[in-house]
Amino acid sequence: MTGGLRRLGRLASERAADRVVPPAGHTAWLTTFTAGAMVFLAVFALALSLAAGRLADRWSDALARTATIRVSAPADQLDLQARAVLDVLSTTPGIESARAMTDAEQRALLEPWFGPDLPVDTLPLPRLIAVTEDAEGYDAEGLRQRLAAEAPGAVLDDHGRWREPLVAAAGRLRTLGLLAILLIGGAMAAMITLAANASLASNAQVIRVLRLVGARDAYIARAFVRRFTLRALAGAAAGLAAGLAAVLVLPGGGDSVLTGLRFERAEWLWPFVLPPLAGLVAFVATRMAALATLRGLT
Amino acid sequence: MIAFDNVAYSYGGGELLSEVTLRLAPGSFHFLTGPSGAGKSTFLKLCYAELLPTAGRVTLFDREVRALARDDVARMRRRVGVVHQDCQFLDHLPLAANVMLPLTVAGRASDAKDLTDLLGWVGLGALAGALPPSLSGGERQRAALARAVIMSPDVLLADEPTGNLDWDMSLRLLALLVELNRMGKTVLVATHDLNLIRTAKAQVAARVLRIRNRRIQLAGADL
Repeated sequence: MTGGLRRLGRLASERAADRVVPPAGHTAWLTTFTAGAMVFLAVFALALSLAAGRLADRWSDALARTATIRVSAPADQLDLQARAVLDVLSTTPGIESARAMTDAEQRALLEPWFGPDLPVDTLPLPRLIAVTEDAEGYDAEGLRQRLAAEAPGAVLDDHGRWREPLVAAAGRLRTLGLLAILLIGGAMAAMITLAANASLASNAQVIRVLRLVGARDAYIARAFVRRFTLRALAGAAAGLAAGLAAVLVLPGGGDSVLTGLRFERAEWLWPFVLPPLAGLVAFVATRMAALATLRGLT
Repeated sequence: MIAFDNVAYSYGGGELLSEVTLRLAPGSFHFLTGPSGAGKSTFLKLCYAELLPTAGRVTLFDREVRALARDDVARMRRRVGVVHQDCQFLDHLPLAANVMLPLTVAGRASDAKDLTDLLGWVGLGALAGALPPSLSGGERQRAALARAVIMSPDVLLADEPTGNLDWDMSLRLLALLVELNRMGKTVLVATHDLNLIRTAKAQVAARVLRIRNRRIQLAGADL
């Protein structure tokens, strides 16, 4: 680790090694373009991953602290059982608040499915009671037993069956985002390795001369590694700028992955990790390619 | 300094050098002669470990070259200056940078005055900024000699250094090699130019090695 950092540090300061390799060549643009394109894509993968993470947290928090009690009973007993439920809840530890939803609220919930003209009064709808727990939380099983005794038509729904699949889906999306970043890094390493190999092959005569005048493999490798790392850093910086500009125009603050892709607060700092990572990938890929090529020469 | 013990070198199924046993003593001056394709360049390449023997032992500064690690080979080459037949320059670097290349790759600082003196010694003081492709054959050979000696090596190997030069320029290059030998450097020059060898023998106690039938032998008065 220390050796690697030392090598990276030496890379930044040593220009003499760089000059011994002829400038230009198509691999210069290939490396810069590849790094730029990959970091541009990585910014989106990062945005997707962070948005999925945010959503998972938000859904998890919102649903975890709420519950719904559905009271289904004959019309003449509905209000009675609802009141009994509220009484039970008022004496249950861990409950912050509980209230019966109004007809208007229930109509709003059903409106997306049945339209605005739903005659709620004429339908045998259950009474819904929204429950918010406090920081301590309540004993769900104990509450179910008390409700069964006091209000047989009441069913406690702690949102677990909704929350878990949603949180799991958002978690998988976040993992996929991170996996995409890893794949992007791997693809970038592969392309830079190909570009480095092409450059090494086209500079075979330069390498031969350097070996003949007493250059060590590490010195020759450094000449190529420095060049490719700096190109990758330059491309990555451009890709980062383009990626951030693109993310800026995306909608933010929404309640879905697609409408909440924009970074929030300190998340804007995360993309700035990508160019150094791209440089590191280029450094490792080029160094491995160069040393492997040099080992094959006398 | 450089020792060959029963060395053979084969290439493409055929043996190019066989049963070569010799020693280049410190401060000696040797010519290596023989017809084109006889193996002179191969012998020189064995001397600085660009090629490894297929049989026998080559010892460079008391170390067997086959046992050297890659970095050791690089360090050894800093002690052996080589004037290649085709000069081997980096065409994108100016002459001065090419001459300084051994210092650059060794991470040593170069003194501008020393470089100016060296280029002046080989008569290229005015061409420090020129790119190699713009130089004549003679200028390239002298630049190659300057690069070969800039590290003050113990051994100087020259492969047909006068191959592209006219007689006057050949004599000038020979004078430089003789001067280096008088400074204590071990010199080995591969050439098929017998006139050059005869001229040199009048100036320096040079021994002549001849490649004949894949073997290297000391040439006699029949040269």
